Amino acid sequence: MKMIPKLWPVALRASLAASAAAMTGLAHAADAVNNLPGGPGVRDLDFHAPATAIAADVQWLHYAMMWICTVIFVAVFGVMFYSIIKHRKSRGHQAAHFHESVAVEIAWTIVPFIIVTAMGAMATKTVVAMKDTTNADITIKVTGYQWKWGYDYIKGEGEGISFISTLDTAQRNLSDAGTPKGDDYLLKVDNPMVVPVGAKVRMITTANDVIHSWSVPSFSVKQDAIPGFVRDTWFKAEREGTFYGQCSELCGKEHAYMPITVIVKSKEGYSAWVNDQKKLMAAKADDPAKVWKIEDLVARGEKVYNANCAVCHKPDGKGAGPVKALDGSAVVLDADKMAQVAVLLNGRMDKGMPSWKSLNDTELAAVATYTKNAWSNHTGFLVQPAEVVAARAK
Amino acid sequence: MSAVLDHTGGHGHGNDAGHDHDHGHHPHGWRRWVFATNHKDIGTLYLLFSFAMFIIGGILALCIRLELFQPGLQYFNPEQFNQFTTMHGLIMVFGAIMPAFVGFANWMIPLQIGASDMAFARMNNLSFWLMIPAALTLVSSFFMPGGAPAAGWTLYAPLTLQMGPSMDGGIFAMHVLGASSIMGSINIIVTILNMRAPGMTLMKMPMFAWTWLITAYLLIAVMPVLAGAITMTLTDRHFGTSFFNPAGGGDPIMYQHVFWFFGHPEVYIMILPAFGIISQIVPAFSRKKLFGYTSMVYATASIAILSFIVWAHHMYATGMPVTGQLFFMYATMLISVPTGVKVFNWLATMWRGSMTFETPMLWAVGFIFVFTMGGFTGLICSMAPIDIQLQDTYYVVAHFHYVLVAGSLFAMFAGVYYWGPKWSGVLISETRGKIHFWGSLITFNVTFFPMHFLGLAGMPRRYADYPMQFADFNALASVGALGFGLCQVYFFFFVVVPMLRGKGEPAPQKPWEAAEGLEWEVPSPAPWHTFENPPKLDATATKVIG
Repeated sequence: MKMIPKLWPVALRASLAASAAAMTGLAHAADAVNNLPGGPGVRDLDFHAPATAIAADVQWLHYAMMWICTVIFVAVFGVMFYSIIKHRKSRGHQAAHFHESVAVEIAWTIVPFIIVTAMGAMATKTVVAMKDTTNADITIKVTGYQWKWGYDYIKGEGEGISFISTLDTAQRNLSDAGTPKGDDYLLKVDNPMVVPVGAKVRMITTANDVIHSWSVPSFSVKQDAIPGFVRDTWFKAEREGTFYGQCSELCGKEHAYMPITVIVKSKEGYSAWVNDQKKLMAAKADDPAKVWKIEDLVARGEKVYNANCAVCHKPDGKGAGPVKALDGSAVVLDADKMAQVAVLLNGRMDKGMPSWKSLNDTELAAVATYTKNAWSNHTGFLVQPAEVVAARAK
Repeated sequence: MSAVLDHTGGHGHGNDAGHDHDHGHHPHGWRRWVFATNHKDIGTLYLLFSFAMFIIGGILALCIRLELFQPGLQYFNPEQFNQFTTMHGLIMVFGAIMPAFVGFANWMIPLQIGASDMAFARMNNLSFWLMIPAALTLVSSFFMPGGAPAAGWTLYAPLTLQMGPSMDGGIFAMHVLGASSIMGSINIIVTILNMRAPGMTLMKMPMFAWTWLITAYLLIAVMPVLAGAITMTLTDRHFGTSFFNPAGGGDPIMYQHVFWFFGHPEVYIMILPAFGIISQIVPAFSRKKLFGYTSMVYATASIAILSFIVWAHHMYATGMPVTGQLFFMYATMLISVPTGVKVFNWLATMWRGSMTFETPMLWAVGFIFVFTMGGFTGLICSMAPIDIQLQDTYYVVAHFHYVLVAGSLFAMFAGVYYWGPKWSGVLISETRGKIHFWGSLITFNVTFFPMHFLGLAGMPRRYADYPMQFADFNALASVGALGFGLCQVYFFFFVVVPMLRGKGEPAPQKPWEAAEGLEWEVPSPAPWHTFENPPKLDATATKVIG
């Protein structure tokens, strides 16, 4: 039974081979591109190869629907084209006079009703299965930010791991330059999410600013991340590999630049990754009580700036379009140096500036100090982490 | 003579001379249009306005396709790109398709039901002229600080709360367009219910009038819902309320529920009048009565009623309870039953007819064929598990352009070629009509068919840049879009302009051999005043006797 629908993409591929070949000449940019396992294929005609049982079910449902629709389409339009060819005036066909038939009309109401009900029945089991998020081995909370994803491992092995996942900066720059390159173009992130194979992973989604959508086609998962609310979904990857998705709800200017990368590792590989992460986190933990010298804090702040702020405010601090310049900005130069810290903590939703509460006190102090002393800003102001702690407490 | 702008060009031919009462009785020059109360003039205004908006929306579409021709950002930044997608959607839905159907209604409903004019002639004038400032506000938003709204045509909160001042302009424009639509709808309902010629019972009414009657009720039911949603957005933005703002305890998903409670019936508002036009044309060129008139009326009404209970199928990915998903999935699938009935009825009308394929019939057959493809992809999208994969991908973009371009727009072209001779008094060149039809049909499919594959392979919509694997299909779609745009430029210069100037072979009263209906009982072009005295109808209510 499951074999028959698989003929669908074969038939489709065959019928499209000619046009696909013709298209290769159209866009030279794509010449050097290969299929991306776990992501899109070149001129792909189908879903990504399933990596979960649900994704396999969904693909099967889609094939089944395609077949049913194709059969109906061919039957109905076979009749229409037969009629168009045979029943024309130019062939001397005289018009018949019938214009109703209760029996026929009832039949073509009842039969489609039965067909669509059967279609619904076919899908019902999958709908219910997709919603069953109970008995998860690992629970991960994913938070959508403009424009990055935050992952918090909140239950199961790896509990406590937390990181932000951002599009590779080099790829973002290639996009601006109009010179895209690479099989994973716009899909590569700095910190991919990692899960073990065969484990049921429950994803809790939420967002910090606007609605985003966390999606991995190979898992058949797409769940909106809604600010102020939590929703959940789940997947159980059945093979190891790297899988790619992209934000699937319009979330502002950088919507196309917040991909999702999930690496599925073996059980042992996952445990090793968890250990590495724990060590890294311990090393990275900043002591907010530490008193910094201005040079060190500026150096640290430049890194924070480039990782988080430069996307919008640009590396030269000039901003772009609606995004304000920081170079020469009144708020940055303000004698009350905490004015800027307040903006960093709370954001300016009206101006599109998100809240950066999720950065730690040292990072916020560092980035504030950096912007106050970079480019043409020479205030000499120094914001200590302790001052951010105090501002946060307000 | 009503649609002919250039009076010197359209003069003196044949059968209209005796009926042309217009000279001296009505204002000339700009007053004729600004103070227009004649349904034919207002219909012309609506059609020309919507065509202008169609061109603006089309240019925006071409900007989108230009940027997407190759991966990487070449021409626009992502913020501008989002403005283009948003404004393309808003302008096409509210500025092009909806007003164009009102234009058809204005021209044809009084002629089809034997009424002398629309019921409320001055309100008719107001509902047209209200659209001009609204359209100017929409279009000029590109020049406001921060640019045009960029939150998508669905205007989802809380992204709308981050937009610049043009968002307020956009909201205001929607309010005004909504008010205009409601006035237009009241006018249509009152005209149809009160002003039919004696003997034309509801069940003898032409299908176009029927579909518009039902559409008008839909409009009155849902335009206030949209107005409510965007007003709440407005107060969230400026007056400190938190209907949808999560920072104050608001619910962004509530916005989506309210929006789609408007938005789904809106889909049918944009397609039911198209069904009406097709139901007029298919019998005329099959030389056979419309099959299953009664079931056609009931199917239209069923679609309208069902359209109120399926809205959340746009929201499967927001995460609703399993029972909710199942309900909306089954309810949505049910809509394909009455829609199927309509397609079957058209085919049965053609079956054993005596068909000819003049341009209007080509568009009608093209409509049935391509629209049905959009219907099937709709059925596939209605299935919740599949939709989770397809939600917010190019598959959805392909689907709704198959129903809105190949559906609504193709039906309107069919209508222009069918009734155009009645409006202008001149026949439209068959050769030009066929070039326009085949050109549009082919380029439309070149543009939108590859988008199905992009969507299946996971390319999200509203993306300014995309992974390299999607490059070839995007390039193909962009080439198709340019071709489709050029076909519409051809249509303007080689079909619309000659019609407006009254150039061409004079049209007889009934240019189509087997067309039925009261609109063919008046001369071509339709004189300034028609049916000033209620006509006496024969038993079928399609002919004037005595």
